[in-house]
Amino acid sequence: MSITIDKLGERELDILKELGNIGAGNAATALSQILARKVDMNVPQVKVYNVTDVPELLGGAENIVVGVLLKMFGDLQGNIMFLLPEDSARKLLGMMVGQEVEDVTDDMSRSAIMEVGNIIASSYLNSLSFFSELTLIPSTPAFAYDMAGALLSAVLFEVSELSDQVVLIETDFSGNGEAIKGHFFVLPNLESLNALLKLVVAKVDGK
Amino acid sequence: MENNVIKVGMADYKVGSAPAKLITLGLGSCIGITLYDKRKKAGGMAHIMLPKNNTKDQNSLKFADTAITLMIKDLEKMGLNKRNMEAKIAGGAQMFSFGKSDQLNSIGSRNAIAVKEILKENNIRIVAEDTGGNKGRTIELDLDTGKLRIKTIGQGETYI
Repeated sequence: MSITIDKLGERELDILKELGNIGAGNAATALSQILARKVDMNVPQVKVYNVTDVPELLGGAENIVVGVLLKMFGDLQGNIMFLLPEDSARKLLGMMVGQEVEDVTDDMSRSAIMEVGNIIASSYLNSLSFFSELTLIPSTPAFAYDMAGALLSAVLFEVSELSDQVVLIETDFSGNGEAIKGHFFVLPNLESLNALLKLVVAKVDGK
Repeated sequence: MENNVIKVGMADYKVGSAPAKLITLGLGSCIGITLYDKRKKAGGMAHIMLPKNNTKDQNSLKFADTAITLMIKDLEKMGLNKRNMEAKIAGGAQMFSFGKSDQLNSIGSRNAIAVKEILKENNIRIVAEDTGGNKGRTIELDLDTGKLRIKTIGQGETYI
């Protein structure tokens, strides 16, 4: 059984959403521990997008964002990306270091943001790993500060070689009244998405 | 958006003539290709994501080869001749770096190589280029002058 993205049914999307939910919940817990304050994550959205519409998702392709990218290795391959609009990145850094942060791209800001990306991605992969019994390993994080479209294209091309559509597992979070908007995307490549769904559908069906 | 600005999305191309401008936003590893005929003050802009089309869909504008070929055909329909077209290319950056080893093989540089090959096969001269690096680019082609404006974050604007 192979699944092409445009044929994903409600059921498959629900399963991905539930996996996203568990992962995002863990990631929120980890994040609230580093920040020592409550962090709320919204129930993840799992949606099928046309690849070409994705760069417009974060307020336009030219919108400036801070991004952390981790590659997913092991039994599944793909990309995990964490994007923050610049003002949200500044607020998040302020919470972490306890004072106003001017430059979101200096060495300290970079490593702090990369560490947040690392923790979120690792806790996400941990719960996915636990549920699917697959071995999933994140790469070291890479940092960028640039236009949203440019950063998103850096991961979209892998999926778009074979598909005009992409499944995004997308979570927003906010921290303790501070309106921090973070976007967390999981993009398994097509083969991995198929493998994951096959395995999880079988598990849910008790086979 | 000002009048006469024609927006080109990701995996798309558009053609037009003066006084219009063609613009595409946030090129990362993607490449923007412009073809321009200064006598006719007309041209086109493509925004490609991948080098070569190995799919059965021969209309997919994601790929450099199909997008450029289809754009040339559209420009020819407008009365432009390939011999008078000049190309400019920008983009092909590597937005995230995981160390030096993956730089040579990055999708940005593979895109740039493919675009140059396809233009060469069509005997279209590249008169200016701004590719590589690690910065996103927004590009705008003024169909009146043929100038290509390139905007990057933190490095301002340049014209090629």
